[in-house]
Amino acid sequence: MGAANSCTQTCGVFMSFALFAEQVLNGLQSGIMLFVMAAGLTLIFGVMGLINLAHGSLYMVGAFAAAAAAAWTGSFLLALVAALTGAALVGMFVEMLVIRRLYDRDHLDQVLATFALILIFSEGTRFFFGSFPLFLDVPKVIAGPINLPIGIEYPVYRLIIIGVGLCVALGLWLLISKTRLGVQIRAGKNDREMIAALGVNISALYTFVFAIGAGLAGLAGALVGAIQSVQVGMGEPVLILAFVVIVIGGIGSIKGAFIGAILVGLTDTLGGIFLPELFKLFMEGSIATSLGSALASMLIYILMAVILVCRPQGLFGVQG
Amino acid sequence: MTLLLLENVTASYGKAQALFDVNLNLKEGELMALMGRNGMGKSTTVKVIMRMLRGTGNLLFEGRDIMGLPSHRVAQMGLGLVPEGRRCFRDLTVAENLSASARLGYWSLPRIFELFPRLGERQVQVADSLSGGEQQMLSIGRALMTNPRLLILDEATEGLAPIVRQEIWVAIGKLKAETGIAILLIDKSIKELREICDSATLIERGKTVWTGSMKSLDSQTLDRYVGVS
Repeated sequence: MGAANSCTQTCGVFMSFALFAEQVLNGLQSGIMLFVMAAGLTLIFGVMGLINLAHGSLYMVGAFAAAAAAAWTGSFLLALVAALTGAALVGMFVEMLVIRRLYDRDHLDQVLATFALILIFSEGTRFFFGSFPLFLDVPKVIAGPINLPIGIEYPVYRLIIIGVGLCVALGLWLLISKTRLGVQIRAGKNDREMIAALGVNISALYTFVFAIGAGLAGLAGALVGAIQSVQVGMGEPVLILAFVVIVIGGIGSIKGAFIGAILVGLTDTLGGIFLPELFKLFMEGSIATSLGSALASMLIYILMAVILVCRPQGLFGVQG
Repeated sequence: MTLLLLENVTASYGKAQALFDVNLNLKEGELMALMGRNGMGKSTTVKVIMRMLRGTGNLLFEGRDIMGLPSHRVAQMGLGLVPEGRRCFRDLTVAENLSASARLGYWSLPRIFELFPRLGERQVQVADSLSGGEQQMLSIGRALMTNPRLLILDEATEGLAPIVRQEIWVAIGKLKAETGIAILLIDKSIKELREICDSATLIERGKTVWTGSMKSLDSQTLDRYVGVS
């Protein structure tokens, strides 16, 4: 009897630990996707000083490109390639047509023009694909769960998302800190006129940076689109989170975007699950649930406010 | 042979006209001083040459019209700028500053570190942490790394301690003696300009008022247009 009781207790502890670990993984996965989205946004803001509200539209473009490519070829991998290249190409054209006229203008003009781009992209996509959500299916081999140690069952696909995100982070770090192109990008951030006067074609460089950011947003859109659904307007909620991420991390900092995204992902996911449970410890069930989930949805903004009070330039931002 | 030619060059900052009629003729391997009082248009002339400021008139480099070209194209053709205020990339290391815009040619990192040993000792330091003199050396090294045909030095010794200024002048002397590069110099040190330059062009109120060899520049002219003789 005693032995059985202690087993139940131990199992219970393992169960709740497994649940916790699973939620941490969920938080990491959503955080890492936020990073892939926010990396481009912070790079574009940091290097070119441009506020790009249409970054969420590029996320959507990637998801739709993936859904269309998957329907056409039946290959999920090709769908991801289509998302990355499709969004990068669209980004490149948008930069050359519209965005490059905005660098020398103030932020209000940039916000207005890129908001117009959101409307154009949304209505354009609705025109071609209709209002109904599309579905992008994950291949069966990676759709199921895998058994991890201590009894955690976790979908393979979500682990792959985490892996892809980490590869993106590593790749970006190498590009920015180790390559000549990265050196030129950072030099342009310091003094754009001067790097041009030394022979670097700054507008080609900006188009390249914008296309990279757009491609990454598209990739994130496709990867997340396979879990959720692919529909018009899917980019805007993520855009807001991505802005929170880059403000927390410090505008222009890739490292900051990474840390900020993980923080936001974990806070959002864990808060939503555990805050109501926490409140149940000292108040009645239904009140605890509604109060807990209400507070949970505010949690990332509270996090942002606290960080901004302590470090107005963000975690890794440069002062001034 | 003429390397850089300016004829009837004008330029404005918005509605305020800064250059009215600048003429300049710099030959290959020549060291020319661009002189004049403060605010007379020396730096503005440099900005027009580097296509950082729009101008009108004839601007030719190696006989080719460069007035319509963007800044980076002009630099790629062989104009190297050491700007007023040094303008190093402050978050980049010394080595990164030098390699960001490097082009193949005579100048390489070892050669720069030979010219300015102090930079070699500080390769991994960020530019922001360097002293003013070191930043000036970095700015010169950075321009040399683009392997230019013509180096433009805008106030390269301004605000530096006498001993550091001397180092910069020695380096400019070495450039002249060892590489045969053409140099356009703007500086307040009349004595050094007198010693090192082959020729001078004097600007007043946005107009070229005198041009000729340094030897033929008499102290009366100098006094009249530059204020010191």
